[in-house]
Amino acid sequence: MTSTATWAGIAAIVVTATTGDVLQARAMKEIGDLGAIRKSQGILQVARGVLTSPWFMSGLFFMALAFFSLLVTLSWEDVSLVGPASASLTFIANALAARLFLKERVDHRRWLAALFVAGGVALLAH
Amino acid sequence: MTLRKYLILAAVAVFASCGDVCLARGIKDFGAVTEANWHQLFGVVLNPWVLTGIGLLLLFFGSYLTALSWADLTYVLPATALSYVLMALLARLFLHEHITLSRWLGIALVTVGVGFVASGPAVTPTLPRWEPRDSETRFSNGTGSDA
Repeated sequence: MTSTATWAGIAAIVVTATTGDVLQARAMKEIGDLGAIRKSQGILQVARGVLTSPWFMSGLFFMALAFFSLLVTLSWEDVSLVGPASASLTFIANALAARLFLKERVDHRRWLAALFVAGGVALLAH
Repeated sequence: MTLRKYLILAAVAVFASCGDVCLARGIKDFGAVTEANWHQLFGVVLNPWVLTGIGLLLLFFGSYLTALSWADLTYVLPATALSYVLMALLARLFLHEHITLSRWLGIALVTVGVGFVASGPAVTPTLPRWEPRDSETRFSNGTGSDA
């Protein structure tokens, strides 16, 4: 398979995975600490809270898209390239998206962490 | 951060890496996906390796969501990045992929990045209506402190 197709696959994974991650992080921030809810209201309430969240369900949809993009791309190229390449780009995309859409305070420490991890993961691909 | 929370972050990394390696092992049985056979891809979920991978990734998903419920996305993702280190080691052990010098360097960088973020606060003040929700990560006047 051509490397163009591989990189298109990796791009598809990055976009769908980042969208899914941000939607799900938003869902979990709204629902609150799952451990605390389980302790006070039981595991069923946790499941109900998560499964009835529209943020969670739309996040799940994008994660499913990311999963199938990953599966298809893995069939063209080794996991040791596809995994790290898509992951390192997803780290950067997520830091940007978390700042833009989740209004998280991405300080120097977190930017450095995202860059180190992304760089490290990219090196893993060699 | 309690021991329980660190254990959940570790579970995220372990389940993610083992799940991905199982998926990779399973899809290798299927071969390359092409225009001719892509519709058979749905049958691949019956492959025992893919099934195991999906099971592990479900466990990953549960622990990941739990972590997101008390920590920022920009904390959880780097903090659980050790899964890529684990994935490289597992790929070497079980899929017999070669680990070069630059991969070992990559492993070192990821580990440093994880150290950076893990030593900081798990959650920062964000949109006012999302806080406080956890007695352990409560803020006053919107100024964050280490949880």
